Amino acid sequence: MEPFISLTGSAVPLLLDDVNTDQIAPADRSHGHGADMKATLFSRWKAGDPNFVFNRPQFQEPRILVSRDNFACGSSRESAVWAMTANGIRCIVARTIADIFKENCLRNGMLTIELPADTAKDFEDKVIKADGAKHFTVDLPSQTITCPDGSKIAFDVTPAEKTALLEGLDDIGQTLKHKADIQAFEARIKQEKPWLQEAVARQ
Amino acid sequence: MPQTLFAKIWEAHLVTKRTDGRDIIYIDRHIMHDLHAPIAMQKIVDSGRTVHRPDLTWSSQDHSVSIRLDRDTNAKDGSPLNQKVRVLAKQFGIRVFDIGDAEQGISHVIGPELGMILPGSTYACPDSHACTIGGLGALAFATGTTELEHVLATQTIAFVRPKTMRVNLTGKLKPGVTAKDVILRIISQLGVDGARGYVVEYAGPVAEALEVEGRLTLCNMSIEWGARSGLIAPDEKTLAWIKGRPYAPVGAQWEAGLEGWREFKTDPGATFDREHTIDCAGLDPQITWGTNPGQVIGISDLVPDPSSVDPAKRDAFLHSLDYMGLTAGQPIAGLAVDVVFIGSCNNARMSDLEEVAKIVRGKKLASGVRALIVPGSSAVKRAAEAKGFDKVFTDAGFQWGSSGCSMCAGGEGIVATKGQRVVSTTNRNFENRQGAGVRTHLVGPAMAAAAAITGKITDVRALAEA
Repeated sequence: MEPFISLTGSAVPLLLDDVNTDQIAPADRSHGHGADMKATLFSRWKAGDPNFVFNRPQFQEPRILVSRDNFACGSSRESAVWAMTANGIRCIVARTIADIFKENCLRNGMLTIELPADTAKDFEDKVIKADGAKHFTVDLPSQTITCPDGSKIAFDVTPAEKTALLEGLDDIGQTLKHKADIQAFEARIKQEKPWLQEAVARQ
Repeated sequence: MPQTLFAKIWEAHLVTKRTDGRDIIYIDRHIMHDLHAPIAMQKIVDSGRTVHRPDLTWSSQDHSVSIRLDRDTNAKDGSPLNQKVRVLAKQFGIRVFDIGDAEQGISHVIGPELGMILPGSTYACPDSHACTIGGLGALAFATGTTELEHVLATQTIAFVRPKTMRVNLTGKLKPGVTAKDVILRIISQLGVDGARGYVVEYAGPVAEALEVEGRLTLCNMSIEWGARSGLIAPDEKTLAWIKGRPYAPVGAQWEAGLEGWREFKTDPGATFDREHTIDCAGLDPQITWGTNPGQVIGISDLVPDPSSVDPAKRDAFLHSLDYMGLTAGQPIAGLAVDVVFIGSCNNARMSDLEEVAKIVRGKKLASGVRALIVPGSSAVKRAAEAKGFDKVFTDAGFQWGSSGCSMCAGGEGIVATKGQRVVSTTNRNFENRQGAGVRTHLVGPAMAAAAAITGKITDVRALAEA
């Protein structure tokens, strides 16, 4: 996985609650062979509204997406993350973010930041003011966002997720270090509850 | 110390703690599907890893399959995704519930139906509606594609232990009010992100009184209010429902299992991180008016007024009204309907189709309405046809299909057209989901049947009395 350490770039404001993954990556565009992940991102909203923020010239190459509550709720489709990374977005800042999407981001080197409402409001105002022209820097080691006016916003991240992102850790590899534990667990269950360790049509 | 149902399942499946603090939780049953299985299996190939337990892993062809009645004669066809599943699954020795197979169906419908899901067990599926199977007292994990790859490689999931919530459902449902109405009410009352971060146990007299298939419907929408999973304690009804199903244990193993399964319930005195009580006694059939599953009203209610919501949410509320072509204060009942879809992992089991058959038998679709019924599994299709329901539905003017996810998310290109009003037994009324500009209203199956027959949004109870 590509590590996340620091990024600098423009921030696109999508200041809505409950933006769902059906909007981020519409199903008809995000599956199948050779799906164009770059074109998938918000394709319905882009097609339906010429004033949609992603249609505006200053937001063609954003690195940070800013939204409000319950961002990326709905379907577990990982294409919602891939559609963003295909467009260069590597960081989501929102008031709250849906759980499955957060997990999917973590496994794709995408930093998710949840800000408390007061801080979020302040940050959103700065993003609106910057209007895509001025850049923000998100720095994971120091856990700060530096705004165009030089002000800094601190954010929380768990130590485990910070390490995973900074080092680009392979999630599967981490679990496979415990392969012997998994096999011991299986052997024990096979004794105690054999029906769980064999799954065949019996009747 | 008294424990919750969730804690008992968690601890019974805890392999060890990872160095990053995540718990490694063993997955008893893993059912993939055609949208994500090909990518994840290909990644396993590319990384040189193996599938740890192909014998506990299946893949069902559900999201991208055709629902044509004659598709079964073309078992080697299917979408490019269906074909890729076949090739890769064969390589790993994973059983595919393929087009034409007796067991084929929507993953969360067939898991319970085949007796694979036992009380207190764990299940993973790369689909947010994995939580359906919580209706049997099992714990589901909905994964993305990379997590799916993790389950393939390790037969476990590495998870941060979620918080717990209990929703006590009190009262007794009125006749004609279903599990779908209960979950729609829960979401509207507690909010579309009200359960974010929690595993929810639904309890109380209403949960206990529901039949097993209703419990599956209720748990199915746990993700629609953000829950990590949702479940209902198993009881004797659950055990009777599972017994005798193809993959369920038999004989001495069944007997040995019973004692343990009966222990999978929350102990008296166990505490939850959050608890809510919702009285369902006065509940009427519910329907969504807006573009998220929390925008719900009773069938006799008026479309709500923007002044009724938090000012911070008002713009989104007005957008929903506009998208849905509605005016605040108008009755929801009586709105003209263009398309009716009865199907999905939420509401397409046999008991759902029985409700529909009761309403539509001997009747005709209202003029101008297009209606589609797609069974949740091939087994449901056979059972319905054995009772002659296919003829009841087609005589009324419905299209009867082979099993798959179909129009729930516009699968196979089955969508309505811009501005059309769709009454749907599915679980998501997000804008554009059933087609660009399509207006989706979520309801239970009998309400959908009533809409098809009358051509408008209708209180099914009035229709039944007429």
